[in-house]
Parts: sequence; structure tokens; C-alpha cells
Amino acid sequence: MLANRREVADPGIDNALKKLTPEKIEAVVRKVFNPKVSARLKVYLDTCVHCGLCSNACHTYNSRDKDPRYSPVGKVKQTIWEIIKKDYKVDAGFIKLAARIAFVECNACRRCSMYCPFGIDIAFFMMTIRRICHLLGVVPQYLQDTVNSHSTTMNQMWVQQDDWIDALQWQEDDANMEVAGARIPLEVEGADFMYSVIAPEPKILAQLLANMSIIATKAGLNWTMPATDGWDNSNMAMYSGDFETMARVEKLHWETALRLKVKKVVMGECGHAFRGAVYDGPKWLSWRKTPIPMVHAIEFYYDLLKSGKIKVAKKFAEPVTVQDPCNVVRGRGLGKKLRYIMNALCADFRDVEPRMEHNYCCAAGGGVINCGAPWKRDRVEGNKVKAEQIKQTGADVIVTPCHNCHSGIEDIIGFYKLKVHVKFISEIMVEVMEK
Amino acid sequence: MYALLTGPLLWLSLLVFFIGSLFRIIQMFRLAKKEKVIYPYMTVRHSLRSIIHWIVPFAGRNMRLRPFMTIATFAFHLSLFAAPLFLVAHNVILDARWGVSLWVLPETVADVLTLIVIAVCVFFFVRRMFAPEVLYVTSWGDVILLVLIALPFVTGFIAHHQFFASRAVLIAHIILGEIMLMLVPFTRLSHMLYFFFTRAYMGCEFGNVRNSRDW
Repeated sequence: MLANRREVADPGIDNALKKLTPEKIEAVVRKVFNPKVSARLKVYLDTCVHCGLCSNACHTYNSRDKDPRYSPVGKVKQTIWEIIKKDYKVDAGFIKLAARIAFVECNACRRCSMYCPFGIDIAFFMMTIRRICHLLGVVPQYLQDTVNSHSTTMNQMWVQQDDWIDALQWQEDDANMEVAGARIPLEVEGADFMYSVIAPEPKILAQLLANMSIIATKAGLNWTMPATDGWDNSNMAMYSGDFETMARVEKLHWETALRLKVKKVVMGECGHAFRGAVYDGPKWLSWRKTPIPMVHAIEFYYDLLKSGKIKVAKKFAEPVTVQDPCNVVRGRGLGKKLRYIMNALCADFRDVEPRMEHNYCCAAGGGVINCGAPWKRDRVEGNKVKAEQIKQTGADVIVTPCHNCHSGIEDIIGFYKLKVHVKFISEIMVEVMEK
Repeated sequence: MYALLTGPLLWLSLLVFFIGSLFRIIQMFRLAKKEKVIYPYMTVRHSLRSIIHWIVPFAGRNMRLRPFMTIATFAFHLSLFAAPLFLVAHNVILDARWGVSLWVLPETVADVLTLIVIAVCVFFFVRRMFAPEVLYVTSWGDVILLVLIALPFVTGFIAHHQFFASRAVLIAHIILGEIMLMLVPFTRLSHMLYFFFTRAYMGCEFGNVRNSRDW
């Protein structure tokens, strides 16, 4: 007998459930989950042979004593198969459980698709459930607040335009203390690249902006940042199932880059923002690819180190390990470049096992950390394997080139009492580079 | 009875199998076209890359993590096709009816392959019942499907070795074999058809779109 899941009160889910009627639920579920119009839904449903081989791919399953409810196919059973079994006549109790499974117990990291012999996209099933929940108005409150921020301010943390410009100027000043003449150039038309960040940078991690200024100044780069909305391409709407808002955010971001006539966009150290801008956004907008190329920070730093534009004065001495962010390693194949950077910057780099595309998710991505405080305990308990993996390396520092990974792993370190610090690449780079 | 089963009904089962399969695949292609986000991302290279990595034993990490399962499942699927296709008795029928026949396996080899299919069916059943992650997602349909696969092989083996009431068992064998064939397009046995397409799509999603790999 499996123990019940811990009760969690989330007004975004609980209050919304009260407003649902069976008819409304059925209408929405029928509209979204329709294998008659989706080849993927239909073929995946017909193909899955219930073999359970996807189970060991999932960090939540592995972290929760192999409880079958947390395996990828177990999650599909409790959600998608249940809809079919009940012929779409599911109740509010079902929606409550389905929301928990899809929003909190799955990071849409897609590791399971690499373990399924058929390559079934189980994350796609979970995103379908999220879409249903969104259309029913059942979304974890914190996550929905982030989406509301996107919808209103076009960034995820309610940053106003004057705050944005102010944060950039403040960080330009800070960068100047390190490197004379450091700048954060705003609105430079025709620059070589536009630098995109996500709202936590101006809001809570502003020093990362100064880091970029220092690096770009030393490397002699011709770059710019927008002074208008459209600077943030992070996208929690992509994960809440609100694809209309997701598309608005990505569209404005690309229009801003086009307005500035830049040759490419460099994305800061964030994984899901990269995914939104390069994959999910364009797909929803019916663009086959992005209007101008985007590179992630890993590729950008790799090029700077490889070309010698940034030189290392003295390598970082402490033992360091790394987290492979799903959306740019499994999602972009940047694992090798990330390791090149690690070895270039650090004297004692200790790789993780499993690594690269096979590394475990941080359990914060896929919008899960944005489900906020009520779900924090579930999230960190669901990633015991990550704590063990980090511990095994014996490293004192873990580098996470992604904001979600960064915050998620910080929480894991706190919960499992690991003596490890979390850093972005830029923090180590600024520390060790020739200035 | 025998003539009917190996004549018109064999025809019928083959027709249902091939036309049904073709129908399912065409239906999938049409749906995929409607979905719009499938074909633009697909390439032959990335499709083949993924398929090859998943039809070669131990080429993927999950296969290496589960060596026993990998050996069992590869032995099972190979035997499942090789035993009936290259069996002397089946080819004799083909030759008698339509004057065509395939290359045939020595009888002992065919026997071993048949026993492998039966043994792995038993293993799959035991795994379904005792591995919690598999039991959790097991329905009656999964067990029935497994039995439906095993029965033609069990009856075929008995009929061939003429252990008992061989005529009746032979008739049962033919009926069960034909039922199995006809079920392929309409049950989860269709994973046989879809495997190449789901793999190809995920291979392209990982390879062509995301510059990564899916094994």
C-alpha cells in the first residue's frame, strides 16, 4: 500500500477547483486532449507497451524509493489513461491530482524520452495536462502570479521600465569599479549582439549584469541591451499552459532584437528562457526557427575562451563540479562546451555521473520552482538523487549555468545539508580572468 | 478445416494484417500532416541515427543499465519474427499454396527460437507481476496480449512435436496465429509498426532540432 501524498494547500489550485462543474471539466478536457487531431497523442497512446523502462530515467521516481506513482509512465497512468478510462468524465478531485503531478512532480526535463525504447515524449503528455489545468484556471498560485507578471509587464518579476534602466546603470557603475570604462550599452542599433537576461537578474541577482559588463568590456565586444520591454525572454507561461502569453513574451523579445538590428542574441545563463525563445515560442508563432540566431551563455563563454578574447590569469582552485541544465544540454547539446569552460576556468573540475545529456534534472526547472513555497518540500524531496550525485563528486562548488538549476540546487544543498556553494559561470570567470 | 484455415482464412488474416497496418500508417501520416509541427523538423539522417541506436543491442544507456532485460527483449523480438517466418512447415504451406518460399531454418534452431519466445513471455509476465513499476501500469489487456503472443508458439511447438492430440492442437495453433496477425494493427501490438516512426520523430527532435542525442 502506497502512502498518501502530503497534503499541500495551494489557493491557486484549491479555490479554482470550487468553481469547476463536471460539464466545464469535460468540455475542456475534450478540447485539449483529442487524439483525433494530434498524431503524437494518438501514436504515443497506441505505442506505449506499459513496460516501465522509462522509470529509472526520472529523478522523482529514483528519489522517492522507486514509488511507481512517480515514474514517468506512472504519471501518465494517473492522468492521461484516467481520462480515457473515464471517457473524459473526470471530476475536480482528478484535476487536483493531475495538476500536482503535471506541475510539481514532472519537470518536463525529457530525460524519460531518452530511456523509453520508443522515444515517447512523456513530457508532452504532462504539458497537455498543464494546458487543461490552465484552461480550467487551476494553476499553482505562485506560478500564476509569475504568468500574470509576464502578461502585464512582459517580464517575470514585475520589473518596471525605470527600475530596469536603473538596475543596468547601477551595475554599469559597479562594473566600472572592477574594470575602467566598463559599459552596459543601451539601444545600440546594429550591435553585434543583444544580451538577453531574465528578470531575476535586475531584481535579485544584479551583480550578474555587472559580470557581463566586465567580460564584454575586457573582450572588446560590440553589444547592447534594450531599454524597453522585451529584454526578458524567460517564460513561465510556457510552463503554466498559457501558450498565448508565452507567445506574446517571445514575440516581443524577438521584435526587440529585430528593432535593434543586432546580428544575434546572446542569452544569459538560463535554460528555460533559451527553450522558450528558440523552441516553444517560435513553434507556437508558426515560425520554423528564430528570426536571428540565439546562442546560450555556454556557447558565448566557450567562444570567448577558445578565441583567447578572455584569458585566465589564475585558475579557480577549489574543487568544482557542474550541473547540466536540461534545456541547453539535453536541449542543445552544449555538454562538451560546458566542460571545456569548466576545465579552462577551474584547476580541479570534478565531473558528475551520470553526465551531459544523461545528467539528472535539478527538479526546479519546468516551472516547478515557480510553484513556490507550498511545494518546496515536495520539490527537494523529489531530488534526493541530485544531492547524492553532488556529494559523490566531493566538490565544494557547483556551477549551474541556469537560473532554475541555481536556485533549485541551492534549495537541495540547504535541505540535505551539503557543504557546497552554487555559482554561475560568470562569477568564476570574472574571478579568474585577466582584468 | 485445415484447408480452410491455411487457404481462405490465411489469406484473410494476411489481408487484415497488411491492409490494417497500411491503414494505421496512412492514418498516422495524415494526422501528422495536420499537426503541422512534425514534418518540418524531420530529416532522414537523424531518423536513421535514432532507429539504429535503438535496434542495436546495448547502443543506448538504458539498455546498458538493464543488461538482462536487453538480452531478453532482443532475443524475444528476433525469435518472434525469425521462428515463424523461416519455419520449414510454414514455408511448405506457402510453397504448396502460392509456389513461393523463404529461406528456412534447421528445425532445432526453430525449436530453440520458439522456446525463447515462450520463455521470455513467461519472463515478461513475471516481470509484470513482480516489478512494482511495471505492475503499477499493468492492465488485463497487457496480460491477455502476452498470452495471445505466447499461445501460437506453445501450440506450434506441441503440434510440431506431436505430443498429444496433435491435429486439434495444430488447428488451434493456426487459428491463434491468424488471430495474432490480425490483432497487430488494432491493439498495442501496433508498437511494431509505430516503433520506427516514434523513434524517428524523437531522433529528429533531439538530433535535428536540439543538436543532442536520444540514446
